[in-house]
Amino acid sequence: MIRRYALYALPLLILVGLVGFFWRGLYLNPSQIPSPLIGKPAPSFDLPRLDDASRRIAPGDLQGQPFLLNVWATWCAACKQEHGTLVQFAQDTGVTIVGLDYKDERKAAQLWLEEHGDPYAVVAFDADGQAALDWGVYGAPETFLVDADGVIRAKHIGPLTPDVLYRDWLPRLKKGGR
Amino acid sequence: MRTAWVTLLLTALLAAPAFAIDKNPPLQDPQLQARYETLTHQLRCLVCQNESIANSTADLAADLRGQVRKMLQEGKSNEAIIDYMTDRYGQFVLYKPPVRPSTWLLWAGPFALLLLGAVGLAVVVRRRSRMVAPEAAPETEDEDPWA
Repeated sequence: MIRRYALYALPLLILVGLVGFFWRGLYLNPSQIPSPLIGKPAPSFDLPRLDDASRRIAPGDLQGQPFLLNVWATWCAACKQEHGTLVQFAQDTGVTIVGLDYKDERKAAQLWLEEHGDPYAVVAFDADGQAALDWGVYGAPETFLVDADGVIRAKHIGPLTPDVLYRDWLPRLKKGGR
Repeated sequence: MRTAWVTLLLTALLAAPAFAIDKNPPLQDPQLQARYETLTHQLRCLVCQNESIANSTADLAADLRGQVRKMLQEGKSNEAIIDYMTDRYGQFVLYKPPVRPSTWLLWAGPFALLLLGAVGLAVVVRRRSRMVAPEAAPETEDEDPWA
């Protein structure tokens, strides 16, 4: 008899399981693809600087300190959304933020920083998006946390929020980013 | 007159593929071009996730096509190109996920469910045939409300 009830309960159990999966699926964002680069050495690049095309910048120059690499562009609406947070964060904490200006126009980008504030220690100008491709970027904004050893430790897709920066990343940045 | 219209319509339909997504001319070497097409159809555009990079007009898809083209011209193997993409964008960039422990459920799932269903069906059918066979005749006589 008990065996029989167990059999009747089976569809219910399967249903509960499925509902569990679907419930979780409701809160997953399919546009956020986890980066396989986390835990790997940051890909290198050698790009002209936004402020001065005759000078170059490579992530290797920053070895020894943790930093954020923020991919942005003037054509990117969500970048404007996060920009204020980023400016505030740079002022509050002094964390090194490297900008990667992604497939942008140099003049427009320079004006943009003048107008909205410049949180970046240095901005690399990635005109053709090759460096971004090497970093597995598929949109803007995207932000990477790179530790003092030059290893990528975290990636945020979409506009940064104070929660991510102050609550999740700042304590790690204080410990060398690891 | 009518045939003229039909011809015009057909020509217009045939011309549709001319609105190519890929603005680059085909690669000189037809073998490379064939590999280029296979690869770009296997890789997913990460912005418009239900399109391959061959079928997508997104900027990123164009960049990824350019990368595939560049690596082919450099003489890279198909595996090297696929590895380049998965190293940066993860397995998600592949339309056809590889068979490995983390994807066994994905690959075997449908067959496992089919098997489960078949076993279940067999059990039910066997049980029913056993139940009905010996007492079928008297029972129906007793319980038939229309008798």
